[in-house]
Amino acid sequence: MFVSYKWLQDYVDLSGITPEDLAEKITRSGIEVEGIEVPAEGVENVVIGHVLSCEKHPEADKLNICLVDVGEEEPVQIICGAANVGAGQKVAVAKVGAVLPGNFKIKKAKLRGEASNGMICSLQEIGIEGKLVPKEFAEGIFNFPQDAPVGEDAIEALMLNDSILELGLTPNRADAMSLIGVAYETGAIIDRPVKLPESDYTSTVEKASDVITVEVEAKQENPIYLAKVIKNIKIGPSPQWMQSRLIAAGIRPHNNVVDITNYVLLEYGQPLHAFDLDRLKTNKILVRLAKPGEKIETLDDTVRELLPHHLVITNGEEPVAIAGVMGGANTEVTGATVNVLLESAYFASSSIRQTSKDHGLRSEASSRYEKGVDPIRVELAAERAAQLLALYADGEVLSGTVAFDEQDKSEKQLTIELEKINRVLGMSLKTEEVLDLFRRLQINAHADGETIYVSAPTRRGDLVIEEDLIEEVARLYGYDHIPMTLPVHETNPGGLSVRQQKRRLIRQVLEGAGLMQAVTYSLTNDSKAGEFALDVREPVKLMMPMSEERSNLRLSIVPQLLESVSYNLARQQDSIAFYETGSVFLKEEGHELPKEDEHVAGAITGLWHFHAWQGEKKQADFYVLKGILDSLFERLGVASCIRYEKGNENDLHPGRTAAIYFNDEKIGYVGQVHPSKEKELDLKETYVFEVKLEAVYAYGQAPLQYTAIPRYPSITRDIALVVDREVQGGELERIIKEAGGSLLKSVKLFDLYEGDKMEEGKKSLAFSLNYMDPSRTLIDEEVVKAHDKVLKAVKEEAGADLRG
Amino acid sequence: MEERLKQLQFEAAERVNLSGSLKELNEVRVAYLGKKGPITEVLKGMGKLSAEERPKMGALANEVRDAITKVIEEKQLTLEAEAIEKKLQEESIDVTLPGRPVRTGTHHPLTSVIEEIEDLFISMGYKIEEGPEVEKDYYNFEALNLPKGHPARDMQDSFYITEDILLRTHTSPVQARTMERHQGKGPVKIICPGKVYRRDNDDATHSHQFMQIEGLVVDENIRMSDLKGTLNVFAKKMFGEDREIRLRPSFFPFTEPSVEMDISCKICGGKGCSVCKGTGWIEILGAGMVHPNVLEMAGFDSKKYTGFAFGMGPERIAMLKYGIDDIRHYYTNDHRFLTQFGQKEFN
Ligand SMILES: [Zn+2]
Repeated sequence: MFVSYKWLQDYVDLSGITPEDLAEKITRSGIEVEGIEVPAEGVENVVIGHVLSCEKHPEADKLNICLVDVGEEEPVQIICGAANVGAGQKVAVAKVGAVLPGNFKIKKAKLRGEASNGMICSLQEIGIEGKLVPKEFAEGIFNFPQDAPVGEDAIEALMLNDSILELGLTPNRADAMSLIGVAYETGAIIDRPVKLPESDYTSTVEKASDVITVEVEAKQENPIYLAKVIKNIKIGPSPQWMQSRLIAAGIRPHNNVVDITNYVLLEYGQPLHAFDLDRLKTNKILVRLAKPGEKIETLDDTVRELLPHHLVITNGEEPVAIAGVMGGANTEVTGATVNVLLESAYFASSSIRQTSKDHGLRSEASSRYEKGVDPIRVELAAERAAQLLALYADGEVLSGTVAFDEQDKSEKQLTIELEKINRVLGMSLKTEEVLDLFRRLQINAHADGETIYVSAPTRRGDLVIEEDLIEEVARLYGYDHIPMTLPVHETNPGGLSVRQQKRRLIRQVLEGAGLMQAVTYSLTNDSKAGEFALDVREPVKLMMPMSEERSNLRLSIVPQLLESVSYNLARQQDSIAFYETGSVFLKEEGHELPKEDEHVAGAITGLWHFHAWQGEKKQADFYVLKGILDSLFERLGVASCIRYEKGNENDLHPGRTAAIYFNDEKIGYVGQVHPSKEKELDLKETYVFEVKLEAVYAYGQAPLQYTAIPRYPSITRDIALVVDREVQGGELERIIKEAGGSLLKSVKLFDLYEGDKMEEGKKSLAFSLNYMDPSRTLIDEEVVKAHDKVLKAVKEEAGADLRG
Repeated sequence: MEERLKQLQFEAAERVNLSGSLKELNEVRVAYLGKKGPITEVLKGMGKLSAEERPKMGALANEVRDAITKVIEEKQLTLEAEAIEKKLQEESIDVTLPGRPVRTGTHHPLTSVIEEIEDLFISMGYKIEEGPEVEKDYYNFEALNLPKGHPARDMQDSFYITEDILLRTHTSPVQARTMERHQGKGPVKIICPGKVYRRDNDDATHSHQFMQIEGLVVDENIRMSDLKGTLNVFAKKMFGEDREIRLRPSFFPFTEPSVEMDISCKICGGKGCSVCKGTGWIEILGAGMVHPNVLEMAGFDSKKYTGFAFGMGPERIAMLKYGIDDIRHYYTNDHRFLTQFGQKEFN
């Protein structure tokens, strides 16, 4: 909503308050002022001129040599390129030395040999948006009315030396969608009275009801319909001040009739519509719901199909307007219009909202109806428009109004205890103070002891419950005056849940290990949605996605991480390590909501470690990532539950992937991205993991318990075992541990050899076995005994021979 | 004889002095103190002395021997120190060369902001609550005083999955669910962070996915002054002790009264600059007193209970804190962006 500071002064005295002050006050107490615009800011030396003569430039077809009286002793010669310039016009002249928007300075010039001492301006050139310039001047220079005083300041005549306050209206403040509404708000804030316009005019003996009838079928959707008849109007431009005010409010002037309906809409917030009475043909208004298949051509020359829930104004036979949204072309006011039927109505907001949405049409009228208009102003606005039509369109207003009116206009009665106001705000206001605030708002209120009775005016449809009154009190009294306290109550200690603590630990460990935290989108495209998924199933899809790219909820985090990896690779960042924690979304039969499963995923590529001058270089590989996972599980206290097995996952390298088990449940994978996928995504060798966290989060690990530091020496035995290539090291380790008994404290792989010194299809794995008894010094025989068991077991279970 | 001994002492001292290495010094030791050395030689001639002179001369010989031993030892210490010094010199390295890099990751800046806010409120007795990102229309809208047909819940603004299921448009449904779980009994004191989704085209200031963090306190006698005091603590901790806050009226369907909170602009100190659009204030968050309809729908008696709620966008907070100019940076995960947030902030 754009509010002209000058116009606002018609209704409330603003003396002593600058536009900036006013904006600040309104922002602090009521409605955010998002900006203040001074349309002709910095424009100087533009005056009204009289074009005395206008002749074609001998050297240039499109230029005219004009002699213009600018109120000085001598007329000035100005070369003008506008097609619509002509002798006798009153125009806006930027004199030599003038400044136009954008700090454009006017200097003496010569155009094709002819002197030009100034510029005849279009409205755009002095700072008015093109879409607001009246159509007849849109392509050329502007003309003032013939009585405009030559030499006077043109900016002032156009009322551009104004400040336009842009109000950011929240949906509850429909009352401020009018100048009068803003005046009430302003009056309350600065504690000054509001002056309402008066609608005096003389009406004819002939009654409107002699000429037209009004019938409303759809009473729910249309509780009030008023019609007035104005005859013998003269269509022409509206007065300059009215046009200027419309422009200031962001509405383009058309002609006096249309401008007046728009002017009253801005003034009262009540939409009006003027029909050409003669084109209405039937002299009858019937408001009803549209019939199936009915159509209407609207003012924007579009034929629109109507649905049975659309409210239409008809002439009893066919639709002549989509109620509250847009008029029909068949009854539009034109230059030839003589008699007008003026509509002022109250349409139900839900009906208008639906209709305007269906047609994709939002107008000044529909946006007001959608939020609810003041039923009392339906008639006030009609009378105000009638007055202006009489004044500025020479109309003869027929006496009376033809009306259908079944709207309850009584004020809502609210009661609130002073104690409640103070309790909710944490203040100690007195009854008189509260009553005074309502007086400033021009809301009737009285008190009985500490009970306050408020009669909510119809213009304030947002005042419904006690809390609404508390808000009025708080905002007007000033939020600055609310003290600062902290809640006084029995508090339980705050904190993170176990799951939240574990999530933070995961971040800490992975970041400590060198991975950067990434955050990616949950929505992805059809093909990515199913990739790398631990649970392969149909993804959750959006009903109406904005694009195919964001149409499915992810089943895995890895695809988005890989997208981020390629994004970086394309930008010369080639050693990348990411992790992300977040939900994947699993559709579940019989459940309304999908299961949101929290996962952690990671991706690494390029050099893992590089220390060039000391010759250290380590490529990111499977074991780097696995080692990180190992320490993660260790820190989470679940290492003893975790097992890796050779894995076989979609989109991963079949020979370089491990499935991760938590006891018997598969919870994740770690492996290399399948080379064909790497190629598709423009990746170099990249390793990824993804782990479901539910089991990890749920696991209640054993409490930490100190174990005595051993006092007796341990004995280490190294063995190199030759096995078939297919035998997994992890399996050997398991066998060794099982056979080693209680004396075997640790088993560590320290060498893998698969080179040409080995028999075809064999490999050698060397382990270091550490034996110890915490209660005494081991004797050699015991170790030999345990070690023999180990050797026997690996031979029997894995066919392992000691390497000779 | 006496003279001979004195002379030996003098000679030995001279040679010790001239020794440039431990080896030379050892030669001196052997030459003067060895079994075949001159002092032993001298003592062999003691038999010729009188019985009175003999012990005197013996004492003198021992004195000389001790003196020579002493200078040798002293010299030895000096030479050893020199040798070590020399060795250390030879071992010296160029300490200005780069160290072996240790790879570390970092929090995403949004996580840093969220954790900072979480920790601040945890210290004030709040718990962290989470909820589903795919939500029922009821919790996302209806339970928050946004009945069907309410203009603020236009279908065009949300990602629906079915008529009744959508991607949550704010984290407020977590508040509704948590209140419901409390079965009408206070206090509720929670912070709800999480991802939310809206139908916006991604550009410098819009993102179809973003973070939100909300707070809710419900109990008997919760006042608007408590909200103001709490927000003041938050603003000062988060943005600096010298920042002021102000509340302005606003509108949210789930709070009444509703306000927006601004903090004084750090850049210009309140005088007005481009960051604060000349106002001296920067909008940080929306807040208000929980609407009685919201309390009632969650099973709280609105005559007995009141509450406040506030909500903000970590993206915006991080933008203000770090001067980030494009919201898309948060989701493209450019290493050159993420690595800028490795330094831990303390306050
Ligand atoms: Zn500033």
